[in-house]
Amino acid sequence: MDPLADDYTVGRRHARLSKIRPWVLAAVSILTVLFQVYVPLFFEPAAAVDLPLLAVIYLAVLRRRPVAGTFIGAGLGLLQDSLSRHPLGMFGIAKTVVGYAAASLSLRVDADRTLVRFLLVVVFFLLHQACYWALRVLLLGEFLAADPAQTLVLATVSGALGIAGFSLLDKLRKED
Amino acid sequence: MELLFGRYRHIAVMLAVIFAQLLLLAYQVKTGEDVRLIRIWAVSAVTPLARLLDRVRTGGERMIERYIRLSGAAEENRQLRSEVDRLRLENRRLHRELASLRRSEILGEFQSRHPSRTLPARVIAASSGPAARALFLDRGSADGVRKGMAVITPDGVVGRVIAVYPTASQVLVITDPSFAAGVISEIHRVEGTLRGTGQKFCRVEYLQNEEPVERGEWFYTSGEDLVFPRGLPVGRVRSVAPGKTFQEVLIEPSGLARGLEEVLIVLEGVHQSLPGETGAAPSELYLLAPPGATAAPEAPVAEGIRSTDADRLREHYRRLGELQGHVFGQATPGSRPPDFNWRPPSQTERPATPGASAPPPAAPPALQSGAPSGSAPRPHATPPHGPAR
Repeated sequence: MDPLADDYTVGRRHARLSKIRPWVLAAVSILTVLFQVYVPLFFEPAAAVDLPLLAVIYLAVLRRRPVAGTFIGAGLGLLQDSLSRHPLGMFGIAKTVVGYAAASLSLRVDADRTLVRFLLVVVFFLLHQACYWALRVLLLGEFLAADPAQTLVLATVSGALGIAGFSLLDKLRKED
Repeated sequence: MELLFGRYRHIAVMLAVIFAQLLLLAYQVKTGEDVRLIRIWAVSAVTPLARLLDRVRTGGERMIERYIRLSGAAEENRQLRSEVDRLRLENRRLHRELASLRRSEILGEFQSRHPSRTLPARVIAASSGPAARALFLDRGSADGVRKGMAVITPDGVVGRVIAVYPTASQVLVITDPSFAAGVISEIHRVEGTLRGTGQKFCRVEYLQNEEPVERGEWFYTSGEDLVFPRGLPVGRVRSVAPGKTFQEVLIEPSGLARGLEEVLIVLEGVHQSLPGETGAAPSELYLLAPPGATAAPEAPVAEGIRSTDADRLREHYRRLGELQGHVFGQATPGSRPPDFNWRPPSQTERPATPGASAPPPAAPPALQSGAPSGSAPRPHATPPHGPAR
């Protein structure tokens, strides 16, 4: 028996299996990255909002497949890396971890609930920041001062944005 | 082994992906070279969209800017329209004030060169009532206005004061049917009585059919009514038609032709010559306020202006009353009036009246002012006790 079958069974208990159209997947990925690189030109605080991370969480949770979540995270992270001044792989690794974890967790919780979504975004935002911080400090040897309070605030803001953004993206998904 | 890989396939894939990225990262850090190909792909994928987004943004900004400008222009347009309306109103008001100023100047000039003593006044109201041909002026008894005084403009006669209040007075307009005044024509010196018709025009009464009156001929005040000084323009003849005995002569009053806002109240009238008329200096002749004016008994009367027999007789009676201890105007009904036939002892040797020692009764002002003998006043032309009641 496929060991994933158990996971799917568990996941089905909490939510219906949903799919997202490929063009929506591509569009959401590119638009979030575009937002990340374009909007801060005019609205600097927008740089603090990691929309690609929210997209990774949503898409991974929606797919409910850890492998898919892994590749979604890696792809979006590398895309984000490509447009940054850092070496490729920084966001890629962090978002790979988040994508995998989000997809794995979505098999055990009902990710359609607002509170669950909020907590997912907050937790994965902190995980993402931790990974990114560790990579920069450990691999690149950069000195980064951690600011837990600001990180928590940003996690909360991201959670709120995630609730709104996920509700918007829910309209684009199709139910099986 | 296969089972183990199957069970941890997901995490194995994740670790493989991470490992690959770590290798990529290590390569970049180690060599200091960039993986340009991936960046080119990413940039090529994203920058067209960014350019499109930028165009959309700039287009949107321009559109919003234009909209704001348009809305600003609409607001500006609204403000300008409002200002134009305000300026129009102000322009009208200034025009009115300018016209009023011109009228005032004309009135002032007329007042300064007119021999009669006049008082400028403004028309402040019309009398209520549908058929009312009366006006209220802003001058009253406090300004020296008395009942019966003439009201004129530089264009001609307006009317006569019929009621006086402390701060205002009421004027009977020339077109009122109860208005009457002695008039004389300019060319043929034909005299008649002007009466209002209640309409736009006035009528000249008591003109015999055979008396010549021309259409367009001017009529002036004759001065015989002792209200209006002689020589004030009254109006032009609009139509002449023969009647049974008297002609039907309609006059268009000139005093009302340009509307009424400012007028002159004749406090002391002085006769003037008619156009083409030569004779005594008219400024020597003064008119009294007509009898019946409330303030007349109290008003000090100068000797120089008593020019009629009635004035002298009235003065004589006043003296007789004073000698007998009678105060005019304060006797109760039924009390004994003073004896006007009583002769005071000091006057037994003197003439019966002060006027007896005076020259013969003065001719009417019209005659003194050089009117031709053919225009002598006729009893019917002007009522002896004032033209209008």
